[in-house]
Amino acid sequence: MNYIDSNLKVVGTRPIRPDGVDKVTGRAVFAADTRVSGMLWGKILRSPHAHARILSIDTSKAEKLHGVHAVVTAKDFPDIANEEAFVGEGPMNFRDLSYNVIARAKALYEGHAVAAVAATTQAIADEALALIDIKYEVLPFVIDVEEAMADNAPILHDDMFTGGVTPKPTKPSNIAKVLTFKKGDAEAGFKDAEVIVEGKYTTKPVHQGYIEPHACLATYAADGQITIHSSSQGHFMVRAYTAKLLGIDIANIRCTPAEIGGGFGGKTLIYLEPVAVALSRKSGKSVKMQMTREEVFRGSGPTSGAAIEIKIGAKKDGTIVAAREVLKFQAGAFAGSPIGPGCMCGFALYDLPNIEVIGYDVVSNRPKVAAYRAPGAPITSFAVESALDELAEKLGMDPLTLREKNAAKNGSKTHYGVTHANIGFEQVLAAVKTHPHWKSAVPAGQARGLACGFWFNIGGESSASVHVNEDGSVSAATGSPDIGGSRASMGMMVAEVLGVPVSRVRTTVADTASIGFTFLTGGSRVTFATGMAVTQAAEKVVDELKKRAAMIWEIPADAVEWKDGMAFPAGSNAGAFEPLDLTAIAAKAGRTGGPINAEVSVNAQGAGAGFGAHICDVSVDRETGHVTIERYTAVQDVGKAIHPSYVEGQIQGGAVQGIGWALNEEYIYNDKGQLENPGFLDYRCPVASDIPMIEAVLVEVPNPRHPFGARGVGEVPIVPPMAAIGNAIRRATGVEMHNLPMSPPKVRAALDAAGK
Amino acid sequence: MAKNYVSTIINGESAEFLCEPQQTLLDVLRDVIGLTGSKEGCASGDCGACSVLIDGTLVCSCLVLGVEAEGKSITTVEGIADGEKLHPVQQKFLEHAALQCGFCTPGLIVASKALLDANPNPTETEARYWLAGNLCRCTGYDKVIRAVMDAAAVMRGEAS
Repeated sequence: MNYIDSNLKVVGTRPIRPDGVDKVTGRAVFAADTRVSGMLWGKILRSPHAHARILSIDTSKAEKLHGVHAVVTAKDFPDIANEEAFVGEGPMNFRDLSYNVIARAKALYEGHAVAAVAATTQAIADEALALIDIKYEVLPFVIDVEEAMADNAPILHDDMFTGGVTPKPTKPSNIAKVLTFKKGDAEAGFKDAEVIVEGKYTTKPVHQGYIEPHACLATYAADGQITIHSSSQGHFMVRAYTAKLLGIDIANIRCTPAEIGGGFGGKTLIYLEPVAVALSRKSGKSVKMQMTREEVFRGSGPTSGAAIEIKIGAKKDGTIVAAREVLKFQAGAFAGSPIGPGCMCGFALYDLPNIEVIGYDVVSNRPKVAAYRAPGAPITSFAVESALDELAEKLGMDPLTLREKNAAKNGSKTHYGVTHANIGFEQVLAAVKTHPHWKSAVPAGQARGLACGFWFNIGGESSASVHVNEDGSVSAATGSPDIGGSRASMGMMVAEVLGVPVSRVRTTVADTASIGFTFLTGGSRVTFATGMAVTQAAEKVVDELKKRAAMIWEIPADAVEWKDGMAFPAGSNAGAFEPLDLTAIAAKAGRTGGPINAEVSVNAQGAGAGFGAHICDVSVDRETGHVTIERYTAVQDVGKAIHPSYVEGQIQGGAVQGIGWALNEEYIYNDKGQLENPGFLDYRCPVASDIPMIEAVLVEVPNPRHPFGARGVGEVPIVPPMAAIGNAIRRATGVEMHNLPMSPPKVRAALDAAGK
Repeated sequence: MAKNYVSTIINGESAEFLCEPQQTLLDVLRDVIGLTGSKEGCASGDCGACSVLIDGTLVCSCLVLGVEAEGKSITTVEGIADGEKLHPVQQKFLEHAALQCGFCTPGLIVASKALLDANPNPTETEARYWLAGNLCRCTGYDKVIRAVMDAAAVMRGEAS
């Protein structure tokens, strides 16, 4: 059923989330909060070298230490075939994932896991790590993406030959693959251009920065049954990947989702779980592992840093006639950066006749990148949206007008083959135009930047169940970890369909043995896809409730209608009966066919792409180079906001992550290829005093493929901030801002270089 | 290694524990006492997820040794509500949706209570600077600050 134009009572309101009290009182159980009797503490030994051959590992001294119950190295893990799968928002090669979890012949980055121990206390585990004797042959390393592409660069993988080029190369390379996207004829298009802007841009890798470090508790029982309690964006993902990496049947693993303390894409893969299971198997005891913050920085994935070249050509009236972009993305130590979305997202916002995009996926001696909120899109859009602003200035045109003139609309064909449908970019730009922030005069001493962003959003496989309890209250369960309030929106959709107050519905996240397969929480898919599953489950329950009422009344089921949480006879012909609510029907369930439940699994399609536009006012302290965000407004098409507060929260949080990416966050390496800022003191995420209020403006262009019109909202908001801020700084100072982060020393240096 | 005997008050109740000399108060709370509401996000005093009050003073419990709790009164997130009655800060965090994942929330609740105890009528800027030691990666702080300002108004009797 479609509820888009119906009179909604619950969807669109702002109830308190069902897991809220637990989270404000300290009762919520996150991954590291669980312990079981007799458990051991597992710890990982990590490579101190950026690139080194592992000649030998002697664990004998560690094994003899009193209190140590197990030591594992690569030899405790099976070899995995080189097999590429596309999971979620990026490619996944399980051999690489296994090598990333525990190094084989070589350590490929500082922080690469090499061995692990399990001991009775954390202190003994630390002592044991120090007793493991590893002989390394230190190898030349490469950190920077363009240096890694050079002919004489140290090669990470002898068997990596650049894909996507013909003929197949005969020499190994750090370039894993080259992607090319073309629409029209860019070269010819540039000949028609009257104004051209060109530029080179760089972005730094940035970490997702979830406050909860990775943690898990695993038990390998004597009968081979495994339980894992961990925090992830998908416990079915944890189960599948752990099974794959250890060569175990999926049915033998049961994963319980802990509350997850932030992920932003960074918990869509595994680091600790297979190691904890291997340690538990070897020791016969439960093993708990938790990363330190330093390990999170050294060993888990940031997103790519990149070098981008861009060229855009337009007519004097602002019509863009050609665009070209070359993107070089760091993948970290293994192939698989978000170069695909990077190539697609930048120009996806515009209806352009001639486009050429070339992308390089490049390995170097850094931690393997992981998904981070709209993977790839913020990087490409930093370049595209900055170049567009320069183009607007060159044309003497308002930057909003330039975008309006070229905006993608329904029917626009992208350079990656998809034709846009049901998108709301024009509505977003219209909302910018009429917004008080955009219409206001720029305050003295400040400058204003505008930038836009796009993300595909995804659907996919989800399962949900709805149970009417004996007293008429309702329990709903899904397989989607709740990373930002999704229990609330799931419960609201159920309540809306059933016609009951949301307080009558309790929503939980079920473990892998208690609900059907559900793909991970990522791609902004949960409200869309799992929301679709839970809505359909609730509709099945309504059908069943009608049937039960019909049995009670002894009339045909189609003579019953469901309204406001009650069964009514459908018209006078059906008979005169007092309406029956859930409580009344549930009380008689035993006599009308038993429990009233439904479980639905879907493979949801038609997620509906998301578009946003951010307006940002900044002031620049010319003496220190410090940039202050004075005012910030984020406008976004959200389809339909199920729980508007949490939709706003996604937009505000995404924008502030983007502000951190723009102004402060970066990885700093020393001359040995070691990370020098693996902590929150020196890796500077935004704090409350850095940021103003973020005004989130919700534009609602319903997505017809979702029962309530929802589209994903979580990823778009991290796409525009870097360019919005860079454009504002450029307009404030007259200096181009092409390199992230635009931190005080970098801004000061740019001003110096420009003689300002 | 010999353990130290520590006598203290935690959330208003007498509490005694044995801890190793190098164990932090955070580790003692989580691993010895079993109060896991205080979180470890960094163990270096940068994120504030482990914020507690010692004799009313806001500290990162990861930077305090367990033995330093001797004779002191400790308040953790578990001790902020009055039984089942939530503190106004907790109530306003719920009403304003000032949490997403909820991992930084215990530290923010404790730090916000400490702010309002010290300054019942903070400006937005004062609230932002007071909470600058508590990292939140989900919310962008907007709804957190609104919740704290609203809770302050409730505690002053100017709002409900």
